[in-house]
Parts: sequence; structure tokens; C-alpha cells
Amino acid sequence: MNVQAWTFTLVALSFALYIGVAVWSRASSTRDFYVAGKGVPPLANGMATAADWMSAASFISMAGLIAFLGYDGSVYLMGWTGGYVLLALLLAPYLRKFGRYTVPDFVGDRYYSRTARVVAVVCAIFISFTYVAGQMRGVGIVFSRFLEVPIWLGVVIGMGIVFFYAVLGGMKGITYTQVAQYCVLIFAYMVPAIFLSILITGNPVPQLGLGGADLVSGEYLLDRLDGLHEQLGFAAYTDGSKSTLDVFAITAALMVGTAGLPHVIIRFYTVPRVRDARISAGWALLFIAILYTTAPAVAVFARTNLLNTVSERSYETVPEWFTTWENTELIAFEDHNGDGLIQYVGPDAVDDSGQPVQNELTIDRDIMVLANPEIAGLPGWVVGLVAAGGLAAALSTAAGLLLVVSSAISHDLLKGVFRPGISERGELMWARVSAAFAVVLAGYLGINPPGFVAQVVAFAFGLAAASFFPAIILGIFSRRMNREGAIAGMISGIAFTAAYIIYFNYVNPGANTPDNWFLGISPEGIGFVGMLINFAVSVTVSRFSSPPPEEVGRLVENIRVPKGSGPAHEVSA
Amino acid sequence: MPSSPSGRPDYWTANLRYLAILLTIWFLASFGCGILFADALNEFRFPGTGFKAGFWFAQQGSIYVFLVLIFVYVGLMNRLDRAHGVEEE
Repeated sequence: MNVQAWTFTLVALSFALYIGVAVWSRASSTRDFYVAGKGVPPLANGMATAADWMSAASFISMAGLIAFLGYDGSVYLMGWTGGYVLLALLLAPYLRKFGRYTVPDFVGDRYYSRTARVVAVVCAIFISFTYVAGQMRGVGIVFSRFLEVPIWLGVVIGMGIVFFYAVLGGMKGITYTQVAQYCVLIFAYMVPAIFLSILITGNPVPQLGLGGADLVSGEYLLDRLDGLHEQLGFAAYTDGSKSTLDVFAITAALMVGTAGLPHVIIRFYTVPRVRDARISAGWALLFIAILYTTAPAVAVFARTNLLNTVSERSYETVPEWFTTWENTELIAFEDHNGDGLIQYVGPDAVDDSGQPVQNELTIDRDIMVLANPEIAGLPGWVVGLVAAGGLAAALSTAAGLLLVVSSAISHDLLKGVFRPGISERGELMWARVSAAFAVVLAGYLGINPPGFVAQVVAFAFGLAAASFFPAIILGIFSRRMNREGAIAGMISGIAFTAAYIIYFNYVNPGANTPDNWFLGISPEGIGFVGMLINFAVSVTVSRFSSPPPEEVGRLVENIRVPKGSGPAHEVSA
Repeated sequence: MPSSPSGRPDYWTANLRYLAILLTIWFLASFGCGILFADALNEFRFPGTGFKAGFWFAQQGSIYVFLVLIFVYVGLMNRLDRAHGVEEE
């Protein structure tokens, strides 16, 4: 079988599996629909959380980003895992004890305010939509490259699948489908990584192969890559070029943003008990860490292979994968000096006589993981497996996000604000309608992406860090925090972060350089500063306004101890 | 909302102490070893591997530390819950 036949078979098999699981586990009540009846065992919940969390960005883009950024890529590795420590220690157990359905539920009850609830709903919807558009785009890219269908058709097929199991199954269907998707995606990620590790270093464990020696030269792989980088005029791989403060701020914004993302937080409402919420976060991080500790190894293998394959090679003799990706316009070669050879060099490159050398090759960072098996000459079924894995990652995340949008509309807005007397059946019907509506809108955004999807995703993290995180933390750890403080904090944190990002990306993109940044912190990392502002404003304002009512004090006391969590509080409470 | 057993100061103080210790380690492993002291640690290599210590902490070590921290926290809290009689049935 050729690559395309393998891809088609594996993708079709995985889709059949997801649909089968969804039919087996469909939802029959709002409790099933929003939080899977709170009956998901912690290990399964951890696996589902991992699949939910690891999106097309983690699976397809991250190793490629690291391959091109070297040490600077560490911000993603630490940022997207360290947040789970914050979740486990500071948020998950208390939110589970609180025991309602959504993040705006908590914000609205803890701050006894409809305004706070509405602010939270708007943030949750905005954050989730920016994410989901990126996932649909990822689905489109995989379809168009591997199955050679147009991107729009790929998105429509992806929408159809998600529609089927998110609308039918709700959280229960999504959770068990995500368990299946985790298995598909981690297998698809590890197989090529292990192959590559054996080929390059002789060690089957990629995490160890990363620190091992190259089989050909006997030199340590990382030293060899640093050497290649220096020779070609790139910054040393293990050093990086961002300022220390910027690396610090970006890592912090991503960590805190992770802990503030509504589709991650909602996961911890689905387990039976408080102690399950704690251990779920541990399982989730374990399943995530398998991929995240492999990614830097994949990055180094890919980078080394790429440099060895293309550098100073005659354009006439490039391998087949090179031309296939050229057709998708994700690789471009322009022979500036007309010698027919590919000069792939960094900004500091000079030739033997000290003259600067111009780079002739542009490579989209997103293709590294997808192209990796082909670059290394692995068999066709591995290439097909990677395509199925990328789809699993994108679909599982899209489904989780759609559920947040749907619960925000039907539960938080409709039931919470506009029609409090709605029946359970009515609410479930509205939840399905809004999930369907969200799928269609997300699909539209996937086919016609706003030109700034990548930036908007960073935006979503910044906003989550600057809005939800401080409001929830203070709501649990400070009895004195009141409505005025939380609302003022959320609004000032969001306003500052959004203004900074919008100014540097859209109003005055020419000024988007380290010299003009506040303390040299890039827009990616500014959510960290926004979070500090939120904390400062919240605490100050709350000191100058009246303390929260007594019943809120009791609520805070109550969520601090696990005992008495029992089943969920009634929806009508 | 069911009414809560008000005032369990010992339980809460012990919880906060665990959090302070674990989060300090969390900070030192990631922001400390992986970022602030990475350059200094890069002078040192793990013997028998190509890993410079700062780079290793940033791309591998911090993640392992995070994992251990969560499981240690779970163990500590389960014990604390039982000691104060606030565990779930």
C-alpha cells in the first residue's frame, strides 16, 4: 500500500472508533451533558484531559517550533505543563468541592454578582472560539496534505464528526471519545519518535536519545547540532536568543493561562470526589508529559535530519517529500546566487572570504512533525499514523472547547441570566442547539481563518491568565475578596493585556520590537504582567469597599474542606 | 449550599504550608534552574550524556519535577484529610 492508501485506511478506522465510542456513551441528562454525570474515574479523566489539552498545536506544531527556536522553545514545554501543578494544588480540588458546572458558575456565586458572571461568560466564549478555529484549521491542513482533498472539504468532514459526538454525547460522549483519541495520538507520536531515536542514536527511548551520541560521528547529538548551527550562522541550539525576562514572562503567562482555561478547568468537575480531582490532574500531567518530554527529542532529530538533508544539496536531487511540501507552498526555495545548491543559513552566515551569505530556503515550522517520518525515510504506514494522530489531537480539543461554548450559552447565559425557570429538558435541548451552532461557526472560521489565528491563540492564554486565574485564586484563598475587587481586577487585567497585544500586533506592528516593549516583555508574555495588575487592583479595591456577605464566607469555608462533596448540587439550587 | 463546618484552622494552615513548600520547589525547578540560573547551570554537564544541566532542566527536568510534585501533594493531602477527619466517604 502507498502512503495515501495507508493514511486513508488509518484515518477511516480511527473515525469509526470514535463514532462507536460516542454511540455507546451518549448523554441522557444535563448532568451527563455538562459534566458526564460526575462519574468518570480519575485515570480515564486524566487521559481525556490530556487529549483535550493537547491540541493540533501540541501535536503538529510544537516540536517544529522547538526545532527552530532551540532553547527558547522551552517556554512552551514548561509553560504548558507547569500550569498543571497550579491546577492540582490551587484550583481543582476546591472547584470540585464547589460542585457546579462551569467556571462562570463559580465566579457568579462567589462574587454574588450577575455582572461578574457575564464578564466570565464573555471571556470563556471568546477564549474557546479562538482556540477552536485553530483546531479546525489543523484538521483542514492534515486532510489537504495527506488525503489530497481541498481544505474546505477537510473542515466539513471534521465538523461532521465533532458534530456527531459532541451534540449527541455531550461531556460523557466527549470524555470517552477523548480516551480513545489519546491512545491514537500518543501511539502516533511515539512510533516515529522511537524509530528516529534508534536510527540516529541507537537508543529506543527518545528522552535518553536526546542526550545520546550520534551513531555516525560518535559526537553528542546536542553538541553536533550546536556545531552545525554555528557553522551555518544560526544562534546555538542550546542557548537561545530571547532575553531572560521575556522567557520568564512567556513561561509564566502560559502556565497561568493553562490553569485559567475554562475547557481545562471544567474537566475537574467531572470526577466523583475531591480527592479524585487532585489525582486526575496528576494523571493528566503524566499522559501529557509522555508527549512533552518526547517533543524536544523529536525537535532535535528533525532539525539534525533537515540540516543534513538539505544543506548545500543540489536542488535537482532533492527527495520526493521536498517537492510534495513545495506544492502546498509550505516549503519555498529561491536560488539567489544561481549555483543550483540550497543554501539554508542563519542571519550570521558568512562564506570563506567573510562575505555574508543569503538564505535561500523558507520552511514553515508547522510541517516538521508531519514531514519528519518522510524525511527520515520511515515506512508509509508511519506517515499515515501521524496523520490520524494529528486529527485525533485536533478533534478532541475542538470537541472539549465546543462543549464550553455550548454550556456557556445554554447554562450560564440562558438559564443563569435570561430564563432561570427553564426545565432540564429545555436546557438540554438548548445545549445541543448551541453546540450545533458553535460547530458551524467554528467550521466557518476554520475555512476562512482570520489572518491572525496563531497570534489570537497567544491572546487567549494572556486573557485567561489576566482574567480568570486571579479571580478564582482570590475567591478560594481570600475570604475578604469581594465583588468590587474581583470585577475591577478582571476588567483591568483584560484591558491592559488586550490593549498591549492589539497595539503591537494591529495598531502599530512596526514598533513590535524588543526595544519598544515594556521591560522587554513581548506581547506573548504580557499576560503575566496583566495577571499581576489584576491581583494588585483586586486586593486594593476590595480593601476600600464593603466585605462580602456572610453566606459567601460560609461558601469559602465549605470549599476548603473535601468532606461533604457528595454528588453534585442540584441544578435548581 | 449545605452549611459548612466553620473554622478548621489547623487543617487549612497545614494545607497552606504544604502549598508553600511544593510551590517553592515548582518555582526553583522551572523558573530557577530552567530560566534564571540556566546559563550558570549550562557550565555543568550530566556525566555520560550530551545534556547541559540548564538546558536539561528547561526541556526535560522541570516536567519530571512537576509530575512528582503533584503525586506528592496528593499523598500529603489524603493523609491530612484523614488526620483531620475531613476525608470523603
